[in-house]
Amino acid sequence: MHLDACSIQELFRNKSRLRRQLQNHSCRELRIAVLRGSTVNEVIELAELFLLAEGLRCTFYESEYNKYYEEAVIDSERIVNFRPDIVYVHTSCMNLRGWPPLSATESDHEAFVAAEFSRFQQIWDSVQQRLGSHIIQNNFELPPFRVLGNLDSIAYGGRTRFINRLNLEFANQAVHDPRLFVQDVHALSAALGGRNWFDWERWYNYKVMTTPAASLALARSLTAIIRSLYGRSRKCLVLDLDNTLWGGVIGDDGPENIKIGRETAVAEAYTVFQEYCLMLRSRGILLAVCSKNDEETAKQGFEHPDSVLKLSDFSSFRANWEPKHENLVAIAEELNLGVDSLVFVDDNPAERALVASQLPMVAVPDVGSDVTQFIPALEAGGYFETVNTSAEDFSRADTYQANWQRALLESKFRDYREYLDSLQMTADIDAFKPVYLDRITQLTNKTNQFNLTTRRYTAGDIQKISLDPTYITLYGKLTDAFGDNGLVSVIVGRKDGSTLHIELWLMSCRVLKRDLELAMLDELVARAQSARIETIVGYYNRTPKNTMVADHYLRLGFVCESQDSNGAHSTWRLQVTADYQPRCRTIQVRDSVHT
Amino acid sequence: MQCEKQRSASSMANILEELQPLFRDILDQPNLRISRESNSSNVEGWDSLAHINLVTAIEQEYDIKFSIDELLDLKNVGEMVDLMEIKLATK
Repeated sequence: MHLDACSIQELFRNKSRLRRQLQNHSCRELRIAVLRGSTVNEVIELAELFLLAEGLRCTFYESEYNKYYEEAVIDSERIVNFRPDIVYVHTSCMNLRGWPPLSATESDHEAFVAAEFSRFQQIWDSVQQRLGSHIIQNNFELPPFRVLGNLDSIAYGGRTRFINRLNLEFANQAVHDPRLFVQDVHALSAALGGRNWFDWERWYNYKVMTTPAASLALARSLTAIIRSLYGRSRKCLVLDLDNTLWGGVIGDDGPENIKIGRETAVAEAYTVFQEYCLMLRSRGILLAVCSKNDEETAKQGFEHPDSVLKLSDFSSFRANWEPKHENLVAIAEELNLGVDSLVFVDDNPAERALVASQLPMVAVPDVGSDVTQFIPALEAGGYFETVNTSAEDFSRADTYQANWQRALLESKFRDYREYLDSLQMTADIDAFKPVYLDRITQLTNKTNQFNLTTRRYTAGDIQKISLDPTYITLYGKLTDAFGDNGLVSVIVGRKDGSTLHIELWLMSCRVLKRDLELAMLDELVARAQSARIETIVGYYNRTPKNTMVADHYLRLGFVCESQDSNGAHSTWRLQVTADYQPRCRTIQVRDSVHT
Repeated sequence: MQCEKQRSASSMANILEELQPLFRDILDQPNLRISRESNSSNVEGWDSLAHINLVTAIEQEYDIKFSIDELLDLKNVGEMVDLMEIKLATK
């Protein structure tokens, strides 16, 4: 029985039957007391199913409706007699009592936060003193209305601010308290959206706070926390390759044609999924490959220059033509794990169904066949939940950070050079390679601003040029401390005796002002020297969009040879001398083999 | 959709028949048969929590939503079916 494959309707309708079917598992018994602020049967019934499927049979005690505080602090006899292993305090923003008035000052706000926090702290203290059990405590969804609008999160009397602050206090407490675990309802509700979270008809009629979808999200997250508490979180992510870790079929399309990198929308989506897998690995989740492929061909995918994942990132690699469920068993044995530690991701529904039926203890999320939905599906399952993080989990530092941090960084430096140095830029500059021809063609057709001649090329043109020895071609890829910018600059130079005519020089605007043009020039001159070129001639053809590079060659030290009266066309000349001094000081250019 | 077809030629008997397996699943009684006269006092296991489950399942499967006052005055399954008729006809 695979709950991952059940729709929300099937789960709700067949709860009783599913529970009966799952009872047969050999189970560990658990006792869970629910201190509730609303009607939560739905959440409890669903969590019971999910936990049964994980081999945990739970007996529940529910407090009287909205008596979560009283039954913990004042009248705790029943909960003490129940002897719970876990106390789950389930409340919502509708249970908060001490809202600050709209007119609250900063000190009022502090006092109201402290008072509400103290109410919950009394619950936790009482549970720990009387029961010593684990406590799972929700934090709070944002309030359903904001009478102050955007100011609600800023003003001291705003309810949004109050909840944000209370959530922070809960987190601060949980950091230091090994028995307290916070269920991040704030994040769960945000992911679903407030309108899909609150169920007002059911609230007023039955005091059920959440929609069925929200109840399901709560049940899954509760299950994930409990699984984690009892060491039953998943430990290994097993991945298919073709159309899962990259776009295309490597055996048919060839390793150079798989879709990975930042050059197309599809490639970028696969790259982001690879980055997500790598982040899981860096927090201690093992990665494995299970693919129907020729092993040598499959491995070539990870030698693709844009592949984020490298062969060495995988703890087990099974690419062959055997049935996948047999390979999964072999992977589990190789890694000394149970199959119940595995999560299997495959774009092919037939493979997923086979594994789910043959190995019911393997988690097989319904990831669909659209790479953009893989991460949401994995996240919804909460398979890799952990209740704490240790230094060992983080065996590798995260290198991926968001772009905006660059801007933040920039403001802290004395001068621009210091900023550029801090970016730790490395460039890969080399002659056109087959794997990049599509991206190069694409850039020649869409780059308008930093483009000296704005010549457009077809894929056929670019391929011909790449093979023609009368051309010197260069592409530039730039990586910095925040990530890989991909292939962003292109030069095409045509040799004519001892002269090199620069027919095309372009650069993507995403790397303006990084000195990459200097690095490109240095490499161009080096190659011109090898080819016994004496003069490099550059051309500027003005268009409505490329005036930013009108003085490009002037800035690089070229001499103006001719110019129209109106400056629309100009020709520039650089003598190639043996004592040329490289201009770029801020980018480390990777050694490339000159051909 | 099979349901849609049935509904366009709908009669109350059809909805009542469609609800039979739903009631059996939710109340977990494989041999249950409900009639228009069934209600929480004459069907075993139809307590307040089962009632929430029944209403939620009907809302999910028919993609309808009952407003806060609509369910209060219903005396039996027959009145529920009548209300569903109206809601489905105006969807």
